[in-house]
Amino acid sequence: MDDHDERDPGTTRLDDPWRDETESRDTDSGDDQLPNVPEIPALRSRGTWESSHETPGASGRICTRPGRDGPGTASAGAGSREAVYLEVHRSPAFREVRRRYRRFVLPATVLFLGWYFAYVITSTTAPEFMARPVAGGLNIAFLAGLGQFATTFLLTWAYARHARLRRDRAAMELRWAVYEQNRHHGDTGQEQVR
Amino acid sequence: MTGDHRSLALLLFGLFVAATLAITTLVSRRRRGSPEEFYAGGRLFSPMENGFAIAGDYMSAASFLGISGLIALYGYDGMLYSVGFLVAWLVVLLLVAELVRNCGRFTLADVVAARMRERPVRIAAGVSAVTVCVLYLVAQMVGAGSLVVLLLGGSSATAPTWTVIGVGALMVVYVVFGGMRATTWIQIVKAVLLLSGAVLLTAFVLVRFRGDLGALLGTAAERSGHGAAFLAPGLKYGGDWRSRLDFISLGLALVLGTAGLPHILSRFYTVPTARAARRSVVWSIGLIGSFYLMTIVLGFGAAALVGQQAVRESNPAGNTAVPLLAADLGGGPGSTGGAVLFGVVAAVAFATILAVVAGITLASSASVAHDLYASLSRSGAGRFSEVTVARTASVGIGIVAIGLGLLARNQNVAFLVGLAFAVAASANLPVLLYTLFWRRFTTRGAVWAVYGGLVPAVVLVLLSPVVSGSPGSLFPQADFHLFPLENPGLVSVPLGFLAGWLGTCLSEDEPDEAKHAETEVRALTGAGAV
Repeated sequence: MDDHDERDPGTTRLDDPWRDETESRDTDSGDDQLPNVPEIPALRSRGTWESSHETPGASGRICTRPGRDGPGTASAGAGSREAVYLEVHRSPAFREVRRRYRRFVLPATVLFLGWYFAYVITSTTAPEFMARPVAGGLNIAFLAGLGQFATTFLLTWAYARHARLRRDRAAMELRWAVYEQNRHHGDTGQEQVR
Repeated sequence: MTGDHRSLALLLFGLFVAATLAITTLVSRRRRGSPEEFYAGGRLFSPMENGFAIAGDYMSAASFLGISGLIALYGYDGMLYSVGFLVAWLVVLLLVAELVRNCGRFTLADVVAARMRERPVRIAAGVSAVTVCVLYLVAQMVGAGSLVVLLLGGSSATAPTWTVIGVGALMVVYVVFGGMRATTWIQIVKAVLLLSGAVLLTAFVLVRFRGDLGALLGTAAERSGHGAAFLAPGLKYGGDWRSRLDFISLGLALVLGTAGLPHILSRFYTVPTARAARRSVVWSIGLIGSFYLMTIVLGFGAAALVGQQAVRESNPAGNTAVPLLAADLGGGPGSTGGAVLFGVVAAVAFATILAVVAGITLASSASVAHDLYASLSRSGAGRFSEVTVARTASVGIGIVAIGLGLLARNQNVAFLVGLAFAVAASANLPVLLYTLFWRRFTTRGAVWAVYGGLVPAVVLVLLSPVVSGSPGSLFPQADFHLFPLENPGLVSVPLGFLAGWLGTCLSEDEPDEAKHAETEVRALTGAGAV
């Protein structure tokens, strides 16, 4: 049951998210090219995602834990790391990823929370309305309740699909860019939370 | 209840305990003492495994026995609970899971502390996480105690006491020796057991009615004595304005609380990437949604086959509706088939409680060691390693939970769970959402958001009719209830958001642009994630 102990952590971490997707990506996501990629030097020098994907050994290093830097480089590393994150934050590529995320998530959240509270409030304040029969012994209340289940499943599917096709690849590109930039500055980009 | 029920249920439950202890031993033999291993199980679980574990963490005995019992007694109104419990997962999926996985390491406080001054934020988030965990833990312990009486017919006064102590001891053993890895496997085993039990019973009910759901609902409505009203809202929450407002308050707490539960948040760190976290939530939504659909069938099945009166006689709150239904489906009380199914359901319910408490104990010990101990011990890292502190903390939390569980053993379980959700929604969710989505959020805002939700939630409960002023309350003699609702969510959740906003506006220090940029980039891309 603990078979994943034996997997090599370095490659698993990177391969795992893409494992079931390498085939579908080419046909399915033609619209997923990164906009204005050259803003970040690391992206320009590296070329496309496909070329890096063929060298999992190199990209696997993104995820390995960093060794400790000497105390002398620590403060310089922090400053440059800040600069890297600010630069990526301003880049059109990142803004596009954020825009795609927000444009899906914010309206969806307003919709499903609105639909849920409408359901709860109608159920508690207007039970007579909810009891009105519709068809085949089912009333409005039952249709609305089962509708909540249906919309939850549907939105889950839609969100997962949207994230997979519209965001995942661009996010991975940026993750790689940050890593490259930080390595350039002598910092691995790993966040030391404590 | 006959002796058959009891011995079979005990045998099956004994098997489950043996299996879980075997898992714990297996895992602890090659344990490494790193926090990565103890809190996050090595971070290499697959999305499917983690999806089952999340479902196992979430589907407590309250939902298995409680919701179907409510449906059996009040019909449609019980269904409102399951809808709230499920829709809550959309908040987790869309707003929380991936971003939290990318920004944190082990706990909720990690996410906030990455952007803010670490010490005050960590202490605040740690305190609220431990509060939520202890409330949830006590609810499950009380549930375990009353389950023994209900299912095994033990009329002696000591049976619930020993059950609470036994459950507490087992959960500490799982956590101390197995850490997150053993806890996760226990959740997976339990989720599979619980889902299999539910599928089995649902299939029996559907076969009994020849797959005709209309006939099932019709029979349930007819036997309930309420007729068509049984299939519409209003039987339980349709009274005066207070009970209606109370339900809206509960609905708010349910839908927003899940995303603030520490033991759910810590599950996202057991998978390698944010994408894997998303896929585990998709798995768990599928599993949890199907499970709640089945509890609806089981609840109406119990109303149709067992009948309200028999359910109410066995337990006024309806908690035994599913076991009674199982006995009926197996061939009626007294038959061998009935005893077998009854025993299976009882054992599954125990397994459910045991797994859930292990998950919560682990999450709270992580908060104590990783957030509180590390911030409060002045010498930085302190004399003891974090994992040692976490193991010690889980023993301490076990003792506290046993003590409170014994004190509160006459309390209603659903209320305690609803309270834990309300505190999670008021204290944890505002600070989490502000940190992830608000550029101008500051340290003072974060601290105020936590305490501004936590304190009103706890105070309003103390002033509610649950604690004093009504026959069913904790102190029936005294009356100091100034707040009319049982669930504080309607007031305390907006207060949490308001306090966070106010604290930010009144902050002296400027928001840190660079830290915000870093948080946003990390949250959405996974850069620098561990």
